[in-house]
Amino acid sequence: MRQDNAQLPQREGEIRIPSGCAISGIFSKTGEKINGRKIIDSIATMHDRSNGLGGGFAGYGIYPQYKEYYALHVFYESSKAKEECEKFIDKKFDIINLSKIPVRPTPKITNEPLIWRYFVKPQHNMLESSHLDEAEYTCRNVIQINTTIEGAYVFSSGKNMGVFKAVGYPEDVGEYYGLEDYEGYCWTAHGRYPTNTPGWWGGAHPFALLDYSIVHNGEISSYDANRRYIEMFGYKCTLLTDTEVITYIIDYLVRRQGLTLQEMASVIAAPFWSTIEKYPPEERERLTYLRNTFSSLLITGPFSILLGFSGGMMALNDRLKLRSMVIAEKGSTVYVASEECAIRVVEPTLDKLWSPKGGEAFIVTLEGGER
Amino acid sequence: MKRIYVNEKWCLGCHLCEYYCAFANSGSDDMVKALKDITIHPRIKIEERQGISFAVSCRHCEEPLCVKSCITGALTIHDGVITIDSDKCVGCYTCILSCPYGAVMPSGSGAIQKCELCVKNSFGTPACVQGCPNKAIVYEERA
Amino acid sequence: MAVDFLYPPYEVIRNHDKCITCRVCERQCANEVTRYDPQHNRMISDDAKCVNCHRCVSLCPTRAIKIVKTDHTFKTNANWTGDTISAVYRQAGTGGVLLSSMGNPEAYPVYWDKMLINASQVTNPPIDPLREPMETKVFLGQKPDAVQRDEQGKLINNLAPQLELSTPVMFSAMSYGSISYNAHESLARAAQELEIYYNTGEGGLHEDFYKYGKNTIVQVASGRFGVYKDYLEAGAAIEIKMGQGAKPGIGGHLPGAKIVGDISKTRMIPEGSDAISPAPHHDIYSIEDLRQLVFSLKEATEYKKPVIVKIAAVHNVAAIASGIARSGADIIAIDGFRGGTGAAPTRIRDNVGIPIELALASVDERLRQEGIRGNVSIVVGGSIRNSADIVKAIALGADAVYIATSALLALGCHLCRSCQTGKCNWGIATQRPELVKRLNPEIGYQRLVNLITAWTHEIEEMMGGMGINSIEALRGNRLMLRGIGLTEKELQILGIKHAGE
Repeated sequence: MRQDNAQLPQREGEIRIPSGCAISGIFSKTGEKINGRKIIDSIATMHDRSNGLGGGFAGYGIYPQYKEYYALHVFYESSKAKEECEKFIDKKFDIINLSKIPVRPTPKITNEPLIWRYFVKPQHNMLESSHLDEAEYTCRNVIQINTTIEGAYVFSSGKNMGVFKAVGYPEDVGEYYGLEDYEGYCWTAHGRYPTNTPGWWGGAHPFALLDYSIVHNGEISSYDANRRYIEMFGYKCTLLTDTEVITYIIDYLVRRQGLTLQEMASVIAAPFWSTIEKYPPEERERLTYLRNTFSSLLITGPFSILLGFSGGMMALNDRLKLRSMVIAEKGSTVYVASEECAIRVVEPTLDKLWSPKGGEAFIVTLEGGER
Repeated sequence: MKRIYVNEKWCLGCHLCEYYCAFANSGSDDMVKALKDITIHPRIKIEERQGISFAVSCRHCEEPLCVKSCITGALTIHDGVITIDSDKCVGCYTCILSCPYGAVMPSGSGAIQKCELCVKNSFGTPACVQGCPNKAIVYEERA
Repeated sequence: MAVDFLYPPYEVIRNHDKCITCRVCERQCANEVTRYDPQHNRMISDDAKCVNCHRCVSLCPTRAIKIVKTDHTFKTNANWTGDTISAVYRQAGTGGVLLSSMGNPEAYPVYWDKMLINASQVTNPPIDPLREPMETKVFLGQKPDAVQRDEQGKLINNLAPQLELSTPVMFSAMSYGSISYNAHESLARAAQELEIYYNTGEGGLHEDFYKYGKNTIVQVASGRFGVYKDYLEAGAAIEIKMGQGAKPGIGGHLPGAKIVGDISKTRMIPEGSDAISPAPHHDIYSIEDLRQLVFSLKEATEYKKPVIVKIAAVHNVAAIASGIARSGADIIAIDGFRGGTGAAPTRIRDNVGIPIELALASVDERLRQEGIRGNVSIVVGGSIRNSADIVKAIALGADAVYIATSALLALGCHLCRSCQTGKCNWGIATQRPELVKRLNPEIGYQRLVNLITAWTHEIEEMMGGMGINSIEALRGNRLMLRGIGLTEKELQILGIKHAGE
């Protein structure tokens, strides 16, 4: 949460800022380790789709040594915030390891907050008495930090995954965090083109909650309908960004309602009624049920999103396909990007390249499941 | 063929059809000029009694008694429309006597007059139908 | 005759140069304002009888008539206006309660007119409804809290019964008795063609209209007129009427003179007896009683039909709605203080209740705060005047709207607000056969279909402008609204920002 300073321009959470963007994702179905360098090279190609006001990455499978623990990445605006937040984390969780996230200072990245990483597990007694499962317990505490502790912001909270983001061009952000020192089976990246100058690190993407991370290009016109509905279920949209609300919607539908990713896609990018009518009766009933039951979670307006989760990645366009997105395969590696060039630059020869239809979810998972 | 039909259920007895008929056949382009301070002689007439009203005009019968009875050949059928040639009409009124609906009447100029579905005047389509506020008079094809 | 101090509010102005003395004005005026003077071959009028319904004006073939507000005046007084003074005279003369019809005409703020709608520019493309699908279909009813699956993991359809609307508009309750048979037929046929719903009101359902049941909402009000098993089963949904925006807190009274023929049969009360709807339902003195009626009706119809609870927008509407949302009701209908009526005490119509815009905003917000917005759908009425009002209502949080006054306008009503006299010259608010027949349902239903079709086109255009191609993405999307000329408090209640923010 932000410390009060009336002099600063408004930033995420105080004003809703539309933005255009670039997204890229790389996924190895066989779980081969992909070096962070590759995703930097990919997103860097789409430099012109960003304007230097936000870039970020999410890597999966990057913390194998701590894969049982939630990795909390936290921005602090002051040591006071850090002190208060650590007290909170210490009370609610057992901290297995804590450290500054290593960075390589560069003139291209300024106004750095304190950036810390904690590997934690829920404190046993607190978890028991909360009557919540581990994920919900962690989720609620993350939301609590972000909404109540001034100057502290948890921007990554999954297991064996991590988000790295900052204000700057994405390639500079990648260099800053030294992503070539990380390896994972899945990477997603985001370059941001907001329409004003918020300059807050928390506002950069990916946006993540637990294992879910979202990179997104678009401006959804259903935003406030979605936000006001999802907030009924304990989520607080503090950033007022599309990515944040989409993440919460996916978390709600998949983790809390138990929908499959395909079913979730049939809610947020629901087929048109005229399309639903053409299906056989059973499928028609199923799609009508999903669309009607979760009608307030339909997302309209342009978007292309990449959802990272443990063991998989999903790509989805809005149902009119108002944002560009291509998918490619080479061997067991899958690529998704806003533009084909961002794929060709890291893999010039491809087995297959295609443009998914609007509203058609593309899901890829690790062969043989998560490891 | 399209004919004028009247649904008495929706007739309000407002008599507007009579005025629109008189105007349409007046040759004038202004209703006030045509109808102010005159007694009108419309070719459609509202019949009303005991709260029931309906408009009566020529049915354009397939086997019209008026045509059969016309002694000068002034009444003829053109494309199903029974028309009057006033130059030929001698005003014997046999047609008036023979019409079972009372839809033929004197015109005031010696000849008889009757509804000719506005085909001969500048309206081109029945003015009474256009002027009826409640669709009680319709112009349509019926089997 | 005693002097009554009342001067006719309107004057019938006839241009004798244009009058052709066709006498249609005379024949069509049930108030007998006009008559023909054979001596002078002129039409003459008694202004005092004129209610300004425009029947004569509309039918005059030479446009020779206009009705003007009289410029006869009392001494100017900002406090004691002419209307205020005349009301005192009227009551001093009669000793009676002032009666009025249709909605509150007083100059209270119209919040619809103080909200502006957004459109996309650059960062997000507007959508052209002529080229892309634009969806206005709405389902009304409870949504489940959680999905359920069978043993094979397939989703189970655990939805409560729903109403499916092709466009988010319904015709709200107007009883057979308060309006005519032909008005009801027009509404029923239009609802069927439009794939929406009309509402019987509290007067039962005429046997001829059972065939429109698929598009009918049957109402159960405090008088329970015409309510029996077949009636409940005839409709697609059942509405419990707790209140009406035009007269919150009071019941209704259809005079015995109007309880004749089919009205008596349909209401199931003897001819000539007054139809009195009590102020409360005498089996509902609290929220737990409402729950029992909701479930009684559901039992009676085997849980196959959604139950709507209709309330008037009053001061603590949010709390009341919250109670209803937990009562088992599927849909809450809220009627604002501008809602119409066939007859209401003037002082109640003009002074009781609150604007629907504020009521809707606070109910929607309260239900969301309590996490129960999915328990119920919200339908709002009480002066929805055009498609922009509908877009604003949905953006504030409504699922659909109820319209009645605009529907009657489409049928020819000229808002003369004299329904209580039973002499409606347009054949709507009357039971006199010679007047009822003036509304030909063949014309009436087509005009209703035209109106809703036109509004739907406009809704689609506005949605497309916002980059929204499905109405559910507009529902509760308050960022699409901005206030204009509103105070901080009003903005806070409406949950919107001011224009420019």
